Amino acid sequence: MSRRFLSISLVTLVIAALLAAFGLAQQRSVTVMVLWSGTELQAFEETLKPFEQRTGIDVKVESVGRDLPTILVTRFEAGNPPDVAAMPNPGQMKEFVAEGGLVPLDFLDLSDHPKAFVDLGSVGGKVYGLFISADLKSLVWYNAKIWGKAFSISTWDNLMKFTEGLAAGGKAAWCIGLESGAASGWPGTDWIEDIMLRTAGPDLYDKWVNHEIPWTHPAVKRAFELFGQIARNNAYVFGGTTGVLSTNFGDSPAAMFTTPPGCFLHRQATFIQSFILGAYPNLKPVEDYSIFVFPPIDPAWGNPLLGAGDLISAFRDTPEVRELLKYLASAEAQAIWVGKLGKLAINTKVDPAVYPDDITRKAAEILKSAEVFRFDGSDLMPAAVGSGAFWKGVLDYVSGVSLDVVLAEIEAAAVAAYGK
Amino acid sequence: MKRGRAHWLYLAPALLMLGTFLVYPTVHTIIISFFGPRSDKFVGLANYRTAFTAKPMLLAFRNNAIWLVVFTALTVSLGLLLAVLLDRVRYEVIVKSVIFLPMAISFVGAGVIWRFIYAYRPAGTPQIGFLNGIVNALGFQPIGWLIERPWINNLALIVVGIWVWTGFCMVILSAAYKGIPKEMLEAARIDGANEWQVFRYVTIPFLKSTIAVVATTMVVFVLKVFDIVYVMTNGAYDTEVVANRMYKEMFAFRNYGLASAIATILFLAIIPAVLVNIRRFRAQEALR
Repeated sequence: MSRRFLSISLVTLVIAALLAAFGLAQQRSVTVMVLWSGTELQAFEETLKPFEQRTGIDVKVESVGRDLPTILVTRFEAGNPPDVAAMPNPGQMKEFVAEGGLVPLDFLDLSDHPKAFVDLGSVGGKVYGLFISADLKSLVWYNAKIWGKAFSISTWDNLMKFTEGLAAGGKAAWCIGLESGAASGWPGTDWIEDIMLRTAGPDLYDKWVNHEIPWTHPAVKRAFELFGQIARNNAYVFGGTTGVLSTNFGDSPAAMFTTPPGCFLHRQATFIQSFILGAYPNLKPVEDYSIFVFPPIDPAWGNPLLGAGDLISAFRDTPEVRELLKYLASAEAQAIWVGKLGKLAINTKVDPAVYPDDITRKAAEILKSAEVFRFDGSDLMPAAVGSGAFWKGVLDYVSGVSLDVVLAEIEAAAVAAYGK
Repeated sequence: MKRGRAHWLYLAPALLMLGTFLVYPTVHTIIISFFGPRSDKFVGLANYRTAFTAKPMLLAFRNNAIWLVVFTALTVSLGLLLAVLLDRVRYEVIVKSVIFLPMAISFVGAGVIWRFIYAYRPAGTPQIGFLNGIVNALGFQPIGWLIERPWINNLALIVVGIWVWTGFCMVILSAAYKGIPKEMLEAARIDGANEWQVFRYVTIPFLKSTIAVVATTMVVFVLKVFDIVYVMTNGAYDTEVVANRMYKEMFAFRNYGLASAIATILFLAIIPAVLVNIRRFRAQEALR
């Protein structure tokens, strides 16, 4: 009796399991691992809604925050990667391609995407990464209540004169904050990259990023020195160098809006707007704060722009993955995504009217008119350099270590990292 | 069944667990420490050479040495001092509970708490950090506690460790202290010994093996110190420690070979402390 009961229940179980598996197979789904959380995650889910309703595909979003690189690597090595994942940066995307992890996205029609971004997502002529939005980094933010809506400084010399003039009156011109938890130092790498583009030009910049010139090269040294002229000068930065090192990057611009202001200029990407509004929700874009483009330094190189972007890649090639990526490449999806966040759309068909405010619209125009655009170099370098030695080098340099020592140390890390 | 076979059956589950979770990972780590960043090509001792010559590693070794000396000396001596002195007061239990309390906080939590205590704001703006609030009130410029190298920041981090672990040392030493026969202390006093002499010639010799166990436990902890440094500075401004370097090489830079080499070095460094600890512990057990 009990034996028969057992066999009957076993058979029932097996049938039930088969039915369940069949049922699950019927529900089309795709898993996406992202690094966004909070408002960004909400915006991403909003973006996916029309897609899910239209196609019936269930998009399972897994938000792992800033641990994404670690978790993605572990899951990939274990043979269990998500179908689709946001890449921390193009450098790591290339590493996954080299290990044969990513599928080429040749099914995408990227004719509405600027060539610069298509190229950044490509390895060996094949597209592996899709950019869904960008951040423009070469911007200087200021308090428009003090300097007026149309304020702008158009040359490096004038910028330094402006800085010197304020310092003579006992006021610090710049708000700089390099603290960012375990990633401390990255805002300084953006400064140096922006300067490097303006003093050495895009070709040498590319060589630097690919480690075809050493870190001890005079051009790299000069970029550090120009950054140091500001960041290491206690009279030019709010709170002195210790203030620069201990202030969180997100808190840093808030000092422009205190009475009296602690500082007057802040070089940071488009995304900093949400931090400014987080600290002072009543401020109005353009009226109370605004932007101008980080000025040219060497006239020969004009005004190149530095930026970064949100990158998506696929580990599996299924019809659902294809549909999802086609959707994310579209103007429709990107309009929702950037409209919620104040990021800049990649798809050129996105109507500028979707941007939440005039500052974002202005940044989008600036980006569109760019003659030379380069991606954040530290994001393209191997992690041991771009997310390690370079960050640490910036902190060491600002805290007073001699530049030759700093550059020699980054070079040593680079020799080891690029060789592998 | 023959005698002498059955015990394997009983041992099997434990051996299986030990083998899977301790022996296999250890052996695997040692093996891949001889391979390159992606464990695909054999590189011999190259990772060990890097571990003992690269500048960030030498710095980490130096800092671990500072931690080893300062942290161990202070936790054990403060713990001993508190154990002996608190034995003489009525509100002993309350004070001991308060000092032991930080043990209940994770190191990450302790790191976050102390980041606030050490917080720096530019001079002239309100100081939100407890320490700089005091410094400011006394009329001095705020200090970048976690930035000023090489002593202030490293000691600031070590203080966090001491804050967490002193309670542990105190509780163990206090229990041992209470085990000293009162007659012995009284006899010494009647014979004319002053309090210092009682402490030096009766208490210390009696507590010697407990002190050794506590000290080696602290040494084992300090060699693998990670959380506090990771949360508070992530090794910036020359505060790097070996375990944090290992984490970076493993998870941030994906250099499995070098990370495994560092893990192996750390493992070998800890073995003597663990052996001493076990031997002392056994000796103590035998006494009971």
